[in-house]
Amino acid sequence: MDGVHDMGGMHGFGKVEPEQNEPVFHAPWEGRTYAINRALGYTGIWTIDETRAGIESLPPEVYLGSSYYRKWELRLEKLLVEKDLAGSDELKAGHALRPGKALKRTMRAEDVANALTRGSFARPAQAPARFKPGDKVRTKNIHPATHTRLPRYARGKVGVVEAVRGCHVYPDTVAIGQGENPQWLYTVLFDGRELWGEASDPSLKVSIEAFEPYLEMA
Amino acid sequence: MDHDDHHDHGSELSEMQLRVRALETVLAEKGYIDPSALDAIVEAYETKVGPHTGARVVAKAWSDPAFRQALLADASKAVASFGLLNRVGDHLIAVENTPKQHNMIVCTLCSCYPWEVLGLPPVWYKSAPYRSRAVNDPRGVLADFGVTLPADTQIRVWDSTAETRFIVLPMRPGGTEGWNEDKLAALVTRDSMIGTGIAKNPQGAV
Repeated sequence: MDGVHDMGGMHGFGKVEPEQNEPVFHAPWEGRTYAINRALGYTGIWTIDETRAGIESLPPEVYLGSSYYRKWELRLEKLLVEKDLAGSDELKAGHALRPGKALKRTMRAEDVANALTRGSFARPAQAPARFKPGDKVRTKNIHPATHTRLPRYARGKVGVVEAVRGCHVYPDTVAIGQGENPQWLYTVLFDGRELWGEASDPSLKVSIEAFEPYLEMA
Repeated sequence: MDHDDHHDHGSELSEMQLRVRALETVLAEKGYIDPSALDAIVEAYETKVGPHTGARVVAKAWSDPAFRQALLADASKAVASFGLLNRVGDHLIAVENTPKQHNMIVCTLCSCYPWEVLGLPPVWYKSAPYRSRAVNDPRGVLADFGVTLPADTQIRVWDSTAETRFIVLPMRPGGTEGWNEDKLAALVTRDSMIGTGIAKNPQGAV
């Protein structure tokens, strides 16, 4: 999706402003929002890619105008309603008006220590890897209206495969309910001038983590 | 309190406090979440998970050549064997700074970050200025952090566009010969492991 979330190379956002001695959460609701996300993710009601797609599809003015955890909270409400796990009437009332649906599992306090490790996204390969380190590849010029992890600035560009990272869940299909569809994942390295033209810093190289369907032999 | 009354006298903060409280109540009443699990998650990220873990990994890599090699070969495996740390996910990759190449990590599409070794990312990492500029103006970004690198140092930016996660192994500062790992770890800043900083100079350390 060619949304405002795909920010690489955009101009006009200003300087990076680090905050000294930044707290982990700036207000209690941020911590609760983070924790609700983790606890719901643990139940298996959605995948990480569905949640990313949920944030990307917030209206652009909301995306740009909201703090990070506000986006997470709005995304939660949206996905819960879309998946019919809670009603907007309930969120407005601040109480459940109907019983919950049965979930595969829920996270209890004693599960937390083990549940904070990220899951593995590696999957058995469906076919041999098409590319190997050193291969010259071109990223495809694709513009799906749905979730993708190929950033705009790196589409239609020639780079070199630097590493093969294994076969992983494919975000572009899993985010839209079309299955994990495992694909080979590569680190692809681009020269700064290939991405940004002759005016680019000549000492710059940029890599992306690219799934095999994003690539063709150059 | 009425959920809608924030428009009259609320800041975003109070609006969000009310909104999140309503959400948590609905989810708990439906049996989807256990508030005590939420308490434990918040506590873990506020007190246990953080860049001190990554700093220990870096200090060990500076001190122990075999560990450094293992870390660069397979960071998930090397860190798992490290002991005492929280278990890490399967796709951690360590990238090493050298006089010839400086590495910087970004996620232009969202906020991917190696939580297990660095904790949750700072606000600037998730912000539009960093995500937009890291890939085309990394030296300008470094200047925002007060860091200048030699013009002939190659800058390598890693955009975290998949489930692989990256941690930078910064260069060990000079003048630290014979230092033990605890002392070295105190020189390793969070930003030096993202690539927007370099390790502290030993004169500046306690």
